[in-house]
Amino acid sequence: MASVAKEWREIPGRYNLRGTKCGSCGKVFFPSRSFCPVCRRESIGKVEDYKLDRHGEVYSFSVVHEAPESCSMLKPYAVVMVRNRDGVLLSGQMVDVDVDAIEIGMPVRAVLRKLDADGLAGVIHYGFKFTPDL
Amino acid sequence: MRDVAIIGVGATAFGELWEKSFRSLGIEAGMKAIEDANLSGDEIDALYIGNMSAGRFINQQHVDALVADYSGMATNNVPATRVESGGASGGVAFREGVLAVASGLHDMVLVGGAEKMTDLDDPAIGSIMDSTADAEYEAGLGVTLASNYAMIARRMIHEGIATREEIASVAVNSHFHGELNPGAQFRRAVPLETVLRSGPVATPLGMFDCAPISDGAAAVILCPLEDAKEHVDRYVKVAAVAQASDTLALFQRDSITEFRATQAAARRAYEAAGVTAADIDVAEIHDDFSVAGVMALQDLGMYAKGKAGAAFLNGETHFDAGKTAVNTSGGLKARGYPIGAAGVAQIVELAEQLRGTADKRQVKDAKHGLAQSVGGNGSAVTVSILEAI
Repeated sequence: MASVAKEWREIPGRYNLRGTKCGSCGKVFFPSRSFCPVCRRESIGKVEDYKLDRHGEVYSFSVVHEAPESCSMLKPYAVVMVRNRDGVLLSGQMVDVDVDAIEIGMPVRAVLRKLDADGLAGVIHYGFKFTPDL
Repeated sequence: MRDVAIIGVGATAFGELWEKSFRSLGIEAGMKAIEDANLSGDEIDALYIGNMSAGRFINQQHVDALVADYSGMATNNVPATRVESGGASGGVAFREGVLAVASGLHDMVLVGGAEKMTDLDDPAIGSIMDSTADAEYEAGLGVTLASNYAMIARRMIHEGIATREEIASVAVNSHFHGELNPGAQFRRAVPLETVLRSGPVATPLGMFDCAPISDGAAAVILCPLEDAKEHVDRYVKVAAVAQASDTLALFQRDSITEFRATQAAARRAYEAAGVTAADIDVAEIHDDFSVAGVMALQDLGMYAKGKAGAAFLNGETHFDAGKTAVNTSGGLKARGYPIGAAGVAQIVELAEQLRGTADKRQVKDAKHGLAQSVGGNGSAVTVSILEAI
């Protein structure tokens, strides 16, 4: 079981798609990084908080039939890699869609959804998933 | 740095070994290697153990101490080190052992790899495998290791790098060789149609695209090359042990249809060994998912991007095809995939091939062998090159 603190700590990234942008080279990173892996020392003190654009297109996808315990009630479920409007690749589930209708290039947007829960009395995990951007 | 030789190898059978515990597997492989090297065991002055997740599979941390104890090495207070690097745990442990001898720090090293997986059920095992990807931003969001490889496969098909049939034929090749290996988990060839028709795991990949859940262990004995003759007549030289890293999460890469860590490790290994991809007679590659086999031959420089899939489909990868023979052991797919043991078992197979003791699957006049071991979705890769003496 995960602690409440572990869930709380990741709220900016997992709920709100907050990443970072390097003030030196301008590259956007998700999840956030304390320094830019390309500019390294040059970037220290120049990394800014950056809210990612929620819109993008499907870059690749898969329908998961063999799932870990935490997702066993969802299967089969779709996962996608999405290239968002910042040019950043993201991974996550895709919902509110006929899984057979998903295709590369399909417009999608990130929404906040329940991910899973640590049993009946544990932490409920939330995070972004993607839906068709109609 | 000193040149290093492999003077002994050993492995257990791989499979669902209900009657065998983690410790009995590790000891069986180690004893076989020690016997193969004509040693008593007293000569060994360091142990390196590749193991991914005994802590979660069998609730046993500190397997370095366990192996030292039950192998009798603790009687001599021999140092033991456990190495974890996801699926590359065995490959990295081998490299650490080679470096220990090459540096002059140790003169006789046993490198073992072991995993006991089948004490848990499939969903629990899946969760452990998925934890080799990014736990917060991949696994925690429902993205599995298999689905990441599936998305790589989808992209390769979309970009025209490989067809679905070519990707599936990686598993056909591994099963073709598994039939010839008495130690393999699956000793049965399978036709392409069987792979294509297997139940979905993460589309487009099915059950037969995925390496199985296995128990098993493997071990090799290393010493300075100049001392090898004192112990055995037949031995193999370690020509290179290279390693490279990449981002933990797959989605952070510029390209998902190649593993830059494989490319970097291969470049370093070829340079260190003074050979090129064309010199490799036999290769053991990390086919935990079929698509990874296509990527491996391309990233290792054996085939141009877009050409490796056809090599598998046309059987150019068979042990007797006269080109680079691939996964003559049966690979992870058919030999089995006890995670921490896999990278060491690859070295065992290459040593058998280069000594000429690979029996029905022997590659004729094999001079150079290459092993590629991969952690996660290409986040850690070792490429080792062995040379016949």
